[in-house]
Amino acid sequence: MTDNGQVKIRTERLNLHYGAFHALKDVDMAVPPRMITSIIGPSGCGKSTLLRCLNRMNDLIGTARVTGRILLDGKDILAGGTAMTSLRRRVGMVFQRPNPFPLSVFDNVSYGPRVHGELDRRRLAGIVESALRATGLWETLKDRLNEHALSLSPEQQQRLCISRLVAVEPEVLLMDEPCSALDPIATGHVEDLMKNLAQNYTIVIVTHNMQQAARVSDVTAFMYLGRLIESGPTKDIFVKPKEKQTEDYITGRFG
Amino acid sequence: MRLSPAASQRAAVAVMWTMTAATIGVLAFVILYVLARGLPHVTWEFLSRAPESMGRRGGIFPMIVGTLAVSGMGVLISAPIGVATAIYLTEYTRKGMLTTIIRFGADCLAGIPSIIFGLFGFVFFAVGLGMGLSILSGGLTLALMVLPTIIRTSEEAIRAVPQSFREVSFGLGCTRWQTVLFVVLRSALPGIGTGIVLSLGRSISETAAVMLTAGSAMGLPQSLFDSSRTLALHFYILAREGLPMSKAYATAAVLIVAMLGLNLLAYGLMKRFHAKAR
Ligand SMILES: Nc1ncnc2c1ncn2[C@@H]1O[C@H](COP(=O)(O)OP(=O)(O)OP(=O)(O)O)[C@@H](O)[C@H]1O
Ligand SMILES: [Mg+2]
Repeated sequence: MTDNGQVKIRTERLNLHYGAFHALKDVDMAVPPRMITSIIGPSGCGKSTLLRCLNRMNDLIGTARVTGRILLDGKDILAGGTAMTSLRRRVGMVFQRPNPFPLSVFDNVSYGPRVHGELDRRRLAGIVESALRATGLWETLKDRLNEHALSLSPEQQQRLCISRLVAVEPEVLLMDEPCSALDPIATGHVEDLMKNLAQNYTIVIVTHNMQQAARVSDVTAFMYLGRLIESGPTKDIFVKPKEKQTEDYITGRFG
Repeated sequence: MRLSPAASQRAAVAVMWTMTAATIGVLAFVILYVLARGLPHVTWEFLSRAPESMGRRGGIFPMIVGTLAVSGMGVLISAPIGVATAIYLTEYTRKGMLTTIIRFGADCLAGIPSIIFGLFGFVFFAVGLGMGLSILSGGLTLALMVLPTIIRTSEEAIRAVPQSFREVSFGLGCTRWQTVLFVVLRSALPGIGTGIVLSLGRSISETAAVMLTAGSAMGLPQSLFDSSRTLALHFYILAREGLPMSKAYATAAVLIVAMLGLNLLAYGLMKRFHAKAR
């Protein structure tokens, strides 16, 4: 897959049904560690569904049924007995719309650690600082930690949501169209941020924006009608796709 | 004759304005009338003394204590049960036969006349379980009576918490219970509080249900097993017996002021709730 062939997450014959609707069909995908993998494809092809499989958020949807295997560091997270809480601490999610809690900046970032049992105010402050530093918010917000999160700009809110996630020290960050609610300048900033974060985290991002996939990702996967059509190093996918459907999509002939 | 659109619009506005003014006017008249007749008799003596000769003289202190004890107990019992039920219905079950039946049951209970709760409380708590006419019987009966309201208002408040908050919390590896405790309840608290305060108001103003369960003793209650008369019931008895109306109106004035205070509190909570959900 990548130069050294390491894999953080691998899906094997992953199928998902929403009731009678077959949303993911035999998806085999490999996600390399500490890189950005983007999932592209037309609307409704199953990108979000695939992403939400990776930390089992689809379990919250009563009608969803999953078969196949999803290996995280070689261990199947679909196997019985997987602790959902520890899985989701390792594989966290950033959503399409910035969705901070209606609390202060500090309370937002410290939410995860606090619920997980860290009550020492000094250590919490340290966690909050490094989580805000990781997303480049510290300098702007260090004197405004008690400010209401909803008073921040959309870009800051989305960064805050990433900080909130980083604070629980995950290994993988799943991002579902994290920039679609942001203007182009803010989008650029968040893309830079993602590249920075990729030094420490494995990132999987769903995007509608092919330029974005081309700009930020190391690996790109193209989906169509619930199938993973092809995936590989981003430059290969964009320069010499193997499949006709991929080529049609990236040249804008459909989708 | 046909009215022009502008004229019919003016006519409609005029009609609605009149209706609104009439409603508010009647309400204001009732409240002001009672306050005007009652407030002059509300003195410190009245609030702090026990009644004498069936309430002809003296004050209402034991009734204030009784009211607080009976309705406070009712709400203290029903609030935890009601909120827990609401959490269970919204967060732990999917819409199904059972939850539909529970909701339907709650809605039916909410519409039952309070005298029937009173009768049930008398038969079940006072006689059946041997609690007698007591604060305990009255409190338990009121708890049953306001339970449906608390369940429904709490449910509504919990449902109003955006789904995305729950997803975020699950996504950070929190359990459902942690999510309920730290995200859902935290956001829903003002709404839940509003329901509880309104229920407290209903308990305080209840007469039929407490008459049959808490009884009408006029002494200062010494324990939960003592019978105690509430303010609303005291007013009812004074007015019915034609004992001095000044005392009846004074009691009513105290009740009205208490209810206004409670409703203002509920309103304040509600405003906070909406400000937060913006
Ligand atoms: N909860 C659900 N129940 C039933 N069907 C669903 C559910 N969620 C998604 N689907 C269906 O599954 C398919 C894939 O949905 P998904 O949200 O994964 O697509 P997507 O590629 O993320 O689309 P978009 O680019 O519009 O976000 C769609 O056809 C959608 O209608
Ligand atoms: Mg999607």
